[in-house]
Amino acid sequence: MKDMQDGYTTADGRKIGGVVMEMKNITLRFGGVVAIKDISFDIREGEIRAIIGPNGAGKSSMLNVISGFYVPQEGEVWFHGEPRPQMRPYEVAQQGIARTFQNIALFEGMSVLDNVMTGRLSYMKSGLFSQALWKGKAEAEEVANREVAEKIIDFLEIQHIRKTPVARLPYGLKKRVELARALAAEPKLLLLDEPMAGMNVEEKEDMSRFILDVNDEFGTTIALIEHDMGVVMDLSDRVVVMDYGKKIGDGTPDEVRNNQAVIDAYLGVSSD
Amino acid sequence: MFYREAGDFKTSYEQDSQTFPIKFDRFRYYAVLAIAFLVVPFVINDYWANAILLPFLIYAIAAIGLNILVGYAGQVSLGTGGFMAVGAYACYKFMTMMPEVSMFVHVLLAGGMTAIVCVVFGLPSLRIKGFYLAVATLAAQFFLVWLFNRVPWFYNYSASGQISAPERDVFGILITGPNAPAWATYMFSLIFLTLCALVARNLTRGTIGRSWMAIRDMDIAAEIIGVNPLKAKLTAFAVSGFFIGISGALFFSVYLGAVEVGEAFGITKSFLVLFMVIIGGLGSIFGSFAGAAFLVLLPVVLKVVGVDVLGWPTDIVAHFQLVIVGALIIVFLIVEPHGLAQLWRVAKEKLRLWPFPH
Ligand SMILES: Nc1ncnc2c1ncn2[C@@H]1O[C@H](COP(=O)(O)OP(=O)(O)OP(=O)(O)O)[C@@H](O)[C@H]1O
Ligand SMILES: [Mg+2]
Repeated sequence: MKDMQDGYTTADGRKIGGVVMEMKNITLRFGGVVAIKDISFDIREGEIRAIIGPNGAGKSSMLNVISGFYVPQEGEVWFHGEPRPQMRPYEVAQQGIARTFQNIALFEGMSVLDNVMTGRLSYMKSGLFSQALWKGKAEAEEVANREVAEKIIDFLEIQHIRKTPVARLPYGLKKRVELARALAAEPKLLLLDEPMAGMNVEEKEDMSRFILDVNDEFGTTIALIEHDMGVVMDLSDRVVVMDYGKKIGDGTPDEVRNNQAVIDAYLGVSSD
Repeated sequence: MFYREAGDFKTSYEQDSQTFPIKFDRFRYYAVLAIAFLVVPFVINDYWANAILLPFLIYAIAAIGLNILVGYAGQVSLGTGGFMAVGAYACYKFMTMMPEVSMFVHVLLAGGMTAIVCVVFGLPSLRIKGFYLAVATLAAQFFLVWLFNRVPWFYNYSASGQISAPERDVFGILITGPNAPAWATYMFSLIFLTLCALVARNLTRGTIGRSWMAIRDMDIAAEIIGVNPLKAKLTAFAVSGFFIGISGALFFSVYLGAVEVGEAFGITKSFLVLFMVIIGGLGSIFGSFAGAAFLVLLPVVLKVVGVDVLGWPTDIVAHFQLVIVGALIIVFLIVEPHGLAQLWRVAKEKLRLWPFPH
């Protein structure tokens, strides 16, 4: 099924392209704690790639490495076929990588619309003087980017709370607004850290639908961390399994499900 | 149903992001502007100018400046007095070095100079925040006052160590010096306040304002979603410094006329402007006006009521004022960090529903 050079076709007939992002032998330590131990995997254009594993396995740390927030002691991050030089997180974002966070990280003092508009910051280049006068480039840019933001807001069905301060929203909606903020960046690669954690079944279904729609309509490549196995099996094309910082499995949901090391890790059996 | 939003539909995003999206607000705003520009100059006298209007206009500029830094960008500053002093001394040096240049230019240049100084003292914010940043800006406050006291070049070697504003005119009308008419100093300050408020409003509703607020609300997430923290913080210090510098320049040149730095721009000034921002409302331009008006009016009202009407001794009234301000600061910090501006918003929300509360 897989052709490692030029991508592959999924069971439901979607064409998956070449490698967009490749992690090569990443090792990340915090003092004595080894959060990630010599892990390599790739993410292909247009696919939904899941990262799973028990608590503390190092999944969020891996996303933080991709975001440029953590700098691994060893290994390289390759993006679009080139090793990525060390860069600040905001520079990574400008390269088209957007994300959501495990513990919602919205800007609580701002409205939903303003939160979504922050996702467009990389596209807004007008200078201080133009903005101070609110004329010319600044105003045109504001309107053009507002149009994109509104499309995302419509897409995620949050029009009714557009002007609401984020602090007033219930948890499930906050998760959705955070997705909207990430999508507003029109990312090439979207990282989702437990987008469905703490949601009820109905909210999970909505969120799953949105993730599939994003992938389908915008062709966005998605890497997501999720604990709900049912969701992972339904959504993802390929799965990386981590345990105690090590990669213990990598493949399609079916391959991973039948992998003995993975079964052991989830049943609490030592994988040594 | 005086106050209504219904029926006020927006058909474009330009309209939706304008400064006063609601017609009634817009109308009230034009009314206030018209009174401030067309009525007050004709009825103003020296007492009103010096006791209330000039300090209000000038402190409002400083409060807007500090609010951008503290309320919008979330960076603490206790250096406002020192930065106002930079504006004042820069203005003085420009006035004496280039007497032929317009006062408008001097005040703007003073703002620019203060912006630069503010950015320099804002550099530590790239590394530290909260309490430590407060201490660093406090150090700036003391250093700047010390500098202007100790280096005679700043006060042109005058024997008193003070600076005093030479007479300058704009289009032949005296703006500074003891003979400047009240209406002229008022108009001059009003023009600057109006411009500063418009610029502040434009900056805070757009791209740069969002990146300030993003840094304020969650700096790490802000950087990960694409805010350049260096740019966001330093522009906040620069814009804030620009306004505070203008306010310091006006405070010296058109309001006081002569200044002894430690007295006019000491640490109490830093706190006064900070209290205006807290009482008025963090993160609100309107709040900056409200806070400045409140703290300028409070002593005047207390004096009229306490000393003139009730006949209390002056020092008791002065202490009373400190107690009121202290209590208000505590109340606002605990109960309503968005200050008078938020109370006003809540009142409007109630009014919008009136007379049907549900
Ligand atoms: N900033 C940090 N400083 C020190 N240790 C850290 C830091 N971030 C993560 N760790 C450690 O790295 C390990 C992996 O953490 P990580 O958050 O990546 O796990 P996870 O797989 O996302 O877990 P969960 O499912 O609970 O979210 C843990 O042992 C954690 O304590
Ligand atoms: Mg995690």
